[in-house]
Amino acid sequence: MTAIVVTETSGLTPLAPTRRRGLPGMALLRSTHGLQRGMLLTGLTIIAVFVVVAVLAPVLAPYGFNVDRADGVVFGTQQPPSAAHWFGTTVGGQDVLSRVIFGARTALAVIVLAVSISLLVGVPLGVVSGYVGGKVDRALVLVTDALYAFPSLLLAIVVAIMITNGRSTPLGGIFAAALSITVVFVPQYFRVVRNQTVSVKNEPFVDAARITGARPRRIIFRHVLPNVSQSIPVLATLNASEAILTLAGLGFLGFGIEPSSAAEWGYDLNKALSDTSNGIWWTGVYPGLAIVLVVTGVTLVGESLNDILNPMLRTRGGGATTADEAEIVADDAPSVADGGPRQAHDSPLDPDPDGLAAGAPLTEEAGR
Amino acid sequence: MTAPTVPAVPTASTGPARPVLAFDRLSVTFASDAGPVRAVREVSFTVAPGEIVAVVGESGSGKSVSSRALLGLLPGTATVAGSAQLDGVELTGLRGESMRKVRGDRIAMIFQEPATSLDPVRTVGWQVVQALRVHRPMSRRAARARAVELLELVGIPDAASRIHSYPHQLSGGQKQRVMIAIAIACEPEVIIADEPTTALDVTVQAAILELLRDLRDRLGTAIVLITHNMGVVADLADRVVVMYRGEVVEEASVAQIFAAPAHPYTRRLLAAVPHLGQGRSLSADPGPAAVAAAPGPAVVTSVPGPPVVVPPSIPALAVRDLVVEFAGRLGAPRLRAVDGVSFTIAPGQVLGLVGESGSGKTTVGRTTVGLVPAVSGSIEVFGTDLRTASPRVLRDLRRRFGFVFQDPSASLNPRSSVGAAISEPLSVHAVGSDASRRRRVAELLEAVELPASFARRFPHELSGGQRQRVSLARALVLGPDLLIADEPTSALDVSVQATVLALFQQLQTEMGFACLFISHDLAVIDLVAHDVAVMRTGRLVEVGTTAAVLNAPQHAYTRALLAAVPVPDPAEQADRRRRRADLVESTRG
Repeated sequence: MTAIVVTETSGLTPLAPTRRRGLPGMALLRSTHGLQRGMLLTGLTIIAVFVVVAVLAPVLAPYGFNVDRADGVVFGTQQPPSAAHWFGTTVGGQDVLSRVIFGARTALAVIVLAVSISLLVGVPLGVVSGYVGGKVDRALVLVTDALYAFPSLLLAIVVAIMITNGRSTPLGGIFAAALSITVVFVPQYFRVVRNQTVSVKNEPFVDAARITGARPRRIIFRHVLPNVSQSIPVLATLNASEAILTLAGLGFLGFGIEPSSAAEWGYDLNKALSDTSNGIWWTGVYPGLAIVLVVTGVTLVGESLNDILNPMLRTRGGGATTADEAEIVADDAPSVADGGPRQAHDSPLDPDPDGLAAGAPLTEEAGR
Repeated sequence: MTAPTVPAVPTASTGPARPVLAFDRLSVTFASDAGPVRAVREVSFTVAPGEIVAVVGESGSGKSVSSRALLGLLPGTATVAGSAQLDGVELTGLRGESMRKVRGDRIAMIFQEPATSLDPVRTVGWQVVQALRVHRPMSRRAARARAVELLELVGIPDAASRIHSYPHQLSGGQKQRVMIAIAIACEPEVIIADEPTTALDVTVQAAILELLRDLRDRLGTAIVLITHNMGVVADLADRVVVMYRGEVVEEASVAQIFAAPAHPYTRRLLAAVPHLGQGRSLSADPGPAAVAAAPGPAVVTSVPGPPVVVPPSIPALAVRDLVVEFAGRLGAPRLRAVDGVSFTIAPGQVLGLVGESGSGKTTVGRTTVGLVPAVSGSIEVFGTDLRTASPRVLRDLRRRFGFVFQDPSASLNPRSSVGAAISEPLSVHAVGSDASRRRRVAELLEAVELPASFARRFPHELSGGQRQRVSLARALVLGPDLLIADEPTSALDVSVQATVLALFQQLQTEMGFACLFISHDLAVIDLVAHDVAVMRTGRLVEVGTTAAVLNAPQHAYTRALLAAVPVPDPAEQADRRRRRADLVESTRG
């Protein structure tokens, strides 16, 4: 999750470039207000708690995720919440609280892996396909569109079966789950990035780079990629929440991670299925609540990021002309008489709101 | 109302007629991220029946916003204060049905871009008929007959069959005529024309302005003409309202504005307008000496690397029989954009390439730098043919030319700093070290008269003029011998354009590069170019020295082009109008 947060905020720096030295998160917060800020803060808090719980799981959890006895004393199956077991115990006799806490660990690992693999594969593929065009582009678009046609959970199941081949180690299980989610996400990144690349590659600034004799690799990574990356943070966050749901779905259906190798919320929900009719609520409610909470947190961040990064959803004023005005005012300045064109332009030209540049623009480097 | 030049009582200056439209301390404020933005501040002026009032100003002056406020066409973030009255009826508070009754019926609007103001899936006849039937109870048949009349009135040839045309089947000028027909359909008291000719070519512009004047004379409609073009103002307006940063700074008759502008902003605006006959066409001896070199820094050093010695006999750019074609639509034949164009530019000379939209002038520029492949012909840069050169030779050759694009906001990578943008050609060609590149960037920034600290800024923090300076610096960073400038100033406001042009001239004299300067504006070409080539529908119709082409045009098209340029001088413009009418008569006869 931290990786995603870093990608999100790095995409934001151009929005508040005058304060580039500040914390990236502060720039993000500053550009929000009202309900939007509330949404973002709530989401970020939930994600922070989630990450902390996942990282510190061995410290926080009272027992191991696959332990059904402590000091030789068996917990007992399906025990209601008590002082010893706050969330009760499962049908297998494990502590529900511990399984929920360790489940966060699995979820985080799968999200980070799934989103970063999808980014690493989908984004370069999209940029190259969009920039090169022609037959390569057509073939790749065809393949990814074909992948779209599959129901995503079915696709994930097929890939999960293919990868695990029945047996699973703890790390292998997480990796398999992540990969099966990746297969579903790559076409999304591919499509978004490719379509933006197609429109950006005809921009004059790309032509300008071409005219200087820049090689395609340089044009793609220096000029095109930074300009198509705005929508990636939003997509990544929204995908993260989808990843949790897909993972839970896989676990619920019995694919993905082996129950003995890691705790997994979806698997626990599956096991809790028969308990519900017997009035045993605690085995299902807590893993379910954990899923809902994390998905809500990630979605809140994703949606508010979407609002912030998409200028169409923001209210904007006619502030863009202030620099032009300053330039026009420059000609009014009485200093024209004493200093030639250089003098006339320097100080009033500068739209620096902090007024840092007002005095000696050519020597202000140290000041900034 | 801060300027002392504005009459205290607006109605006093409008003569005997009762004003049909009266703005009284109208203010418009937009809510934005950064707090309220006051786009229009207490604007007051009046429009008499049958009067053409030009509202003049540059971008951000609030000229469009104030008129849009009349018809309630502002976004939800805007709040309007003050009053705007149409024949005594308050307009600012109108909502819903009562506003709908005013729109189109009593006040009509003509927009800048005719291509997007018409519904592409309906015939033009349908659109005129709809405009009529919305406000007038008339039968379909009567409305259609009236639509034909209206289209004839606005000068659409063969109107009876043209009403079945779709907008894409009409030219830009014809679309604007249809827009005007819709605007006058219900005989409104006021037409608001928001930059009605900005998107049109000069020859078409002249005809549309003629039409607007004619309509005023025949129908007595008052026209509020919103424009930044002082030539258009001189041509059409009776009275001028000059706006600057949301305020009216001056209001006077058109003759007075041009003869004796009172406010310093008006004076500066008028001085900045390029004027045919100000530049090289004045002097019979073309050459760098004709440029008034402004005092400035001469610290432009050459690029580190082998010095390039160019024998004067080899032209900087020689284009011979250039043909460029584009694939047509499905089934359509290939479109020939450039057809057998030949010209040469001697080292250190500036060739102005003039033409209207669609003439292929931009394609010529893009082909000479290899952005568009040529079908046949040759493009020689200092004796090397670009079309047959090996990729390695081509890469080396690219070091020797620069390109300046039309839109400075689009031609700079929004994600890279100004310093990175300027040093881009240096890193592409692996010239110098980091430190030497930084020095070079500082030199170039100084050359284009920007503070060195701008290297760390991003393009969106700069104004349009500053961005174009950066763009110029990037084109010049390798010390090119040939610069191709594609409409470098047409996206800028006049006063900004003037400073950028002055800078261009100064740098050209100092650095001595050859230049292909592409523009639609003859006055700009007159200022900067030694030679002029006039292009029309893919062919060159006339090539010669600036003085020869502009003072004694040989080709009829050049003459028509010259006659169509509106001149910012009402008396001269009236005179030119008469001569243009004669010219049209003589070509018809």
